[in-house]
Amino acid sequence: MNLKLIIDIAFNLIKARLKQSIVAAVGVTFGIAMFITLVSFMNGLNNLLDGLMLNRTPHVRLYNEIKPTKEQPVILSKKFRNTTNFINSIKPKDRGQEIYNSKSIINALKQDSRIIDVAPKVSVPVFYNTGNIEITGLINGIDVPAEEHLFKVSDYIIEGNVFDLNNEGNTIIIGKGLSEKMMVIVGDIIKITTLKGGLVNLKIVGISQIGIAEIDNTMSYTSLETAQMLLGESAGYITDIQVKLTDMALAPALAKEFGNKFNIDAIDAQTANSQFETGSKVRTIISYAVGITLLIVAGFGIYNILNMMIYEKMDSIAILKATGFSGNDVKWIFISLSLIIGVTGGLFGLLFGFAFSHAIELIPFETASLPTIKTYPIDYKVAYYTIGIIFAVCTTTIAGLFPALKASKIDPVEIIRGK
Amino acid sequence: MANTVLQTKNINKYFYDPVKFKVLSDINMSINEGEFVSIVGKSGCGKSTLLYILSTMDTDYEGELLINGDDLSKKTDSNLAKIRNQHIGFVFQFHYLLSEYNVVRNVMIPAIKLAKYSLKEIEHRAMEQLRKLDMTDQALKFPNQLSGGQKQRVAIARALINDPLIIMGDEPTGNLDKKNSDLVFDIFNNLVKERNQALLIVTHDPDFAVRTHRTIEMADGKIIS
Repeated sequence: MNLKLIIDIAFNLIKARLKQSIVAAVGVTFGIAMFITLVSFMNGLNNLLDGLMLNRTPHVRLYNEIKPTKEQPVILSKKFRNTTNFINSIKPKDRGQEIYNSKSIINALKQDSRIIDVAPKVSVPVFYNTGNIEITGLINGIDVPAEEHLFKVSDYIIEGNVFDLNNEGNTIIIGKGLSEKMMVIVGDIIKITTLKGGLVNLKIVGISQIGIAEIDNTMSYTSLETAQMLLGESAGYITDIQVKLTDMALAPALAKEFGNKFNIDAIDAQTANSQFETGSKVRTIISYAVGITLLIVAGFGIYNILNMMIYEKMDSIAILKATGFSGNDVKWIFISLSLIIGVTGGLFGLLFGFAFSHAIELIPFETASLPTIKTYPIDYKVAYYTIGIIFAVCTTTIAGLFPALKASKIDPVEIIRGK
Repeated sequence: MANTVLQTKNINKYFYDPVKFKVLSDINMSINEGEFVSIVGKSGCGKSTLLYILSTMDTDYEGELLINGDDLSKKTDSNLAKIRNQHIGFVFQFHYLLSEYNVVRNVMIPAIKLAKYSLKEIEHRAMEQLRKLDMTDQALKFPNQLSGGQKQRVAIARALINDPLIIMGDEPTGNLDKKNSDLVFDIFNNLVKERNQALLIVTHDPDFAVRTHRTIEMADGKIIS
């Protein structure tokens, strides 16, 4: 087979029908460009929304769940061990929310190579007092450097500096919704009542905005020490250990492992945020489905044009066969013709896809709920472009294959004698 | 005795549509090197059908076909294509040039396909063929800029480019006026004289047939003389 000659003939056939070939190629270009744009945009949004939740939640969270004891005392009795016992009205056991032996757990976790870092947390349910109204809320006592390292908490602090929590005792960073409700600004002092009835004055050093109203209306940050002080507990008191892993996919397995190892409750991010994962998956499926549909439509365009070309070029095919081209050669002429259209269209498609997604990235997208986002998010990934060009080549090859097989079966005698 | 380039043994062919019908029966013939043979007969006597079997383009027949002593009846499509490319030059009634290519490129294509020579050498050989047929100044024109006689000369040049064993023609002069017809005949005649070329031409034209070395006359699918 003489590849150079075959490609040369394919090129000349395209040149003879330049307009139609361009229309066919534009079909592919449009399909690929839309595919790239859609996938980049959808994945940009996915990453943004995942980031909204998943980057802020630990991959594995260790805590004490409020639940009844697994083994009720009756089991311990030899008499009832082998009987079926019905116990009514079981109440959860008061184990407190404190993680026992938290220091050594944290130390053990920090040794683990699968873990990026560990951040301890104390959550304190409180009432914010403003006038004679009490607003229920939650104060998170955080280890500022660790929290910053793992969750970039400073991204969500719209006023003030998160490190001020460490610089000064009895300080707090309150949610934006809270600050609006209570009409307070940075520098003001607020009064807080703990569940045990203690009244504490805290100075506002910042305002945070997570982007989820429910949280911004109730949650505040303070340092670990202040939180422990609010609860009247000692320095070792911790309610949550947040773990971030090098590979998030390991979270479910590791949550189980840590739960057993430290005899504690552990939940992984996948379980905690399963609805986000589902949303991401559905969006990805939609964008791929739309992209593939566009390409299939482009494929039909190529199929049509090649079919027409074959009818027009019957004579040429007959001559080629009469002068020594086999059916196989003719088939390859039409397949390469279709590939030339597909690859050219596809490459332009990649270019336009990049341009379109870049244009989308320039569109301002400012929303109160996403303080760090200024324009629409786009995920530029080489993989999408690779998939795009592979799709282009595949669909055009398949679209070209049927007409090519038809051309290869043309009987030159019939055409030459049919005149 | 001269070499036999083409030989048939008991070739039979049927048409099946609309009813089974025997088009060719027991065709036995042979053509030697340097022989100029014409096939004549009335319309529908099967002479073109025979020619297309001999040219290897039609493979649906019974019997044996030998080119240069090689039995072709059981070869694959791509092997037959190679044989057509190398050993058979074909000239049609209608000129059948590739309209996408200019004259010299049209002549070159079978040789590029054969890939025996470099592209430069092929171009040189194509120009040489065109020169012999007095077509040098038309070399860069496109087929739609040529007259009928000129197109037929280009087709002959293309048939000759790979130095075939035999040239076949299906009424190559059928569509030409007297002057061009004579010109084509003279070209064929010169090929026989100069290159000892074997030629097999199907024709309607009695004047043309009379001037060839041997005339095979067909009627009702049989060779009658």
